[in-house]
Amino acid sequence: MALSIVHRLTGITLYFGTILLAWWLIAVAAGPSAYATVQAFTGSWIGRLILFGYTWSLIHHMLSGVRHFIWDLGYGFTSAERESLTWAALIGGVVLTVLLWIVAFTLGGAR
Amino acid sequence: MSVEESHGPTPRRAKTMRTPLGKVRKFGPAGSGTSDFWQQRITGVAMTLLILPVVVVVMMLLGRNQAGAAQIIGSPLIALTLILFIIASAVHMKIGMQVVIEDYVQNEKLKLVTIMANNFFSIAVALAAIFAIFKLSSGV
Repeated sequence: MALSIVHRLTGITLYFGTILLAWWLIAVAAGPSAYATVQAFTGSWIGRLILFGYTWSLIHHMLSGVRHFIWDLGYGFTSAERESLTWAALIGGVVLTVLLWIVAFTLGGAR
Repeated sequence: MSVEESHGPTPRRAKTMRTPLGKVRKFGPAGSGTSDFWQQRITGVAMTLLILPVVVVVMMLLGRNQAGAAQIIGSPLIALTLILFIIASAVHMKIGMQVVIEDYVQNEKLKLVTIMANNFFSIAVALAAIFAIFKLSSGV
């Protein structure tokens, strides 16, 4: 499995994604009109797609990172263990991302 | 090892008082030994611990207007949670991107410039986010 490059790519995505986080926080601090601009972006389909990708990158990178912590501690080095850790990070990342978005839509839609 | 056989910037003598730890300190492409490796683990664990509270905060903010969002982010515990996460992110992403740069940028001058740009970006984006939170916390 060549998952290490995915770990790296999601890391790079998250790196540039921090611009969105900073933009959003500054907009809240700046006032209603700046916030409306952010909301127009996050409400658009392209904005939602980017945020969905960002959520997945974050969750996947975290789970993949936990995999690295397990290796750092000296466990999980047999080939079967490596395979299952890798698949757990891959599948867990997708499942958790979808779950988070279901919760987000339920909460956001209710307000 | 004799002086003739030794390699590296400073020739080592046959007998040395240096400890093994002293030998590896300041090594590596960044010249800072293993401190980046360790800091990357610390910040990674910090963010893994903070992810749940951060997700809860984001869920609380969904669908709010600016006034509502400002009030939530400005409350002390939430502001603190977000600031901790942002500091950990900034350190983590700076080290991570530096590793990527060191791996792929071959030209030495370009490498130094991109590492410097990486430092500027990581600090600036984190400070921008933290400044916004401070402003919301002080209610100005």
